[in-house]
Amino acid sequence: MSLDLDIRTTLGALRLEMQVRIEEGEIVALLGPNGAGKTTLLRAIAGLVPIESGHVELDGELLEDPAIGRYVPTERRSIGFVFQDYLLFPHLNVLDNVAFGLRARGASRSESLRRATEWVDRVGLESRAGFKPSELSGGERQRVALARALAPDPRVLLLDEPLAALDATTRVAVRRDLKAHLASFRGVRLLVTHDPLEAATMADRLIVMEEGKHVQTGTPVDVTEHPRSRYVADLVGVNLYRGQANRGTVRMSDGPLLAAAGAETGDVFAVIHPRAVSVHRSRPEGSPRNVWRGQAHGVELYGDRARVRIEGQVPIVAEVTPAALADLKLVEGGDVWISFKATDVSVYPV
Amino acid sequence: MRRERAPIWIAVLATFGAAFFVLPLLGLIVRAPWGDVVRSVTSTDTLQALKLSLVASLSSTAVSLVLGVPLAWVYARIDFPGRTVLRALTTLPMVLPPVVGGIALLLAFGRRGLLGSWLDTTFGITLPFTTAGVVFAETFVAMPFLVLTVEAGLRSMDRRYEDAARTLGASRWTVLTRVTLPLIAPSLLAGAVLCWARALGEFGATITFAGNFPGVTQTMPLAVYLLLETNNPQGSFILSLILLLVSLVVLVGLRHRWLGSA
Repeated sequence: MSLDLDIRTTLGALRLEMQVRIEEGEIVALLGPNGAGKTTLLRAIAGLVPIESGHVELDGELLEDPAIGRYVPTERRSIGFVFQDYLLFPHLNVLDNVAFGLRARGASRSESLRRATEWVDRVGLESRAGFKPSELSGGERQRVALARALAPDPRVLLLDEPLAALDATTRVAVRRDLKAHLASFRGVRLLVTHDPLEAATMADRLIVMEEGKHVQTGTPVDVTEHPRSRYVADLVGVNLYRGQANRGTVRMSDGPLLAAAGAETGDVFAVIHPRAVSVHRSRPEGSPRNVWRGQAHGVELYGDRARVRIEGQVPIVAEVTPAALADLKLVEGGDVWISFKATDVSVYPV
Repeated sequence: MRRERAPIWIAVLATFGAAFFVLPLLGLIVRAPWGDVVRSVTSTDTLQALKLSLVASLSSTAVSLVLGVPLAWVYARIDFPGRTVLRALTTLPMVLPPVVGGIALLLAFGRRGLLGSWLDTTFGITLPFTTAGVVFAETFVAMPFLVLTVEAGLRSMDRRYEDAARTLGASRWTVLTRVTLPLIAPSLLAGAVLCWARALGEFGATITFAGNFPGVTQTMPLAVYLLLETNNPQGSFILSLILLLVSLVVLVGLRHRWLGSA
């Protein structure tokens, strides 16, 4: 089972152009900022947004291809869709919501209710079967949405920000359950999220998209260690630069020369973890090869550390302990020096 | 809500405004010949008019639902050239003097009307001065209330519920009957009640198009008017009281919608 996508379409100001192939057994997460076109892509797969050119192909079956006038309507695509705010039918109780897809696909009433009951039990909502969605907690609604999407036994499961509507406490528990349900589902699984943690814990492969375009694909480890865009670097919380490598140095596109131990030649990305960046009140002595002056702008707490943004020739974020922060006596816009070692710069080709 | 004292001139004008409605209703209740109510209510004439009124107004509500809901759906969902003009035309009866509506109906469905002459010669069907004519007249005046209310309901509903239903394999018909209509049920109900109330009170178009024949076209409002004209004001008071009662029941039934926040 596989899903092959080549989707090109325009929706308002968004131009979406994505080629994606998802193989059986894979869980893929689409990661991207708001407005990147993630939801639009899911809606296009489901046939809710028409594509202008390209194709949607499931298991070799062509679902849509405008070039030959092919369009299989949404209701005839074997796709389960978990919407961001779930969209449970407010006038139906839990059981009837879950049975809806079975009924719509032609199962008898008793058969639908029997199978829906199995699903309601499976997601642990036996005691809630007769409740209306408005009487459920956020986590329970999420489970109903999942059961409703899975009950008709679709070949593809699309999840749009499945945890975004939940508060932080529920999210952890629901994420664990969702992961188990995703693992037991035998079709193609595609999940949309803007939360890197959610993407990394749930998916085997990440696809990063920005402004309707593909930016990066890889395993969660691969993507977090080798970010290829400012967006991913910010998500992971590292400093990302781009420049020309020349045997031990990287000439950044906006000026300064970076000493980087592993640099070969060519167009490269350079990543420096904020932990590796030291902050000083005066010009530091010693071994670090990269030293420059900048102005401290903004301090944010990051776990038990503080992150200081330093503007200068190139902006950089440094991570210090709260004690060090107190010693530095930073003032907004005040001059500081930063340093980091050439061995702390990770370099990889663009 | 913040507690606030009304300025004196607002309080005075508001009092006059309220009294303007309360006094006539009070007059009706105080001056009605209560002693004759029971006898009068059970008289054949009254029962006949009441029955005709209910049958005609309910029929016209049914016709309005069957034709008006699809019309509202088209207005809310389909963008076609001339929609604005057509929508204005079908809303016109809300503001048109009902007598003019009655005349227009005569010119369309009357014996010599545009369609009426064909109906008469082909099928032998004549609408004016029949109970069916009453239903026609009432529907003409009342259906716009239903169309507008249902259209507003369709426009304000979250269409993504329909998307969700489609991803679950629902055909367009299933989406309409199992998702769209249940979701706009409050608008449907409000529209139907408004439409029915308007049909129940219809006078001008009915008397113009259908005439005033007891048992056939003489609805309650027509009977009230006739009794007043034929020097039986007592009888007209009683019938008015009945209509007031019916309206009151409807208003109380809908209080959650219009008086809910009060």
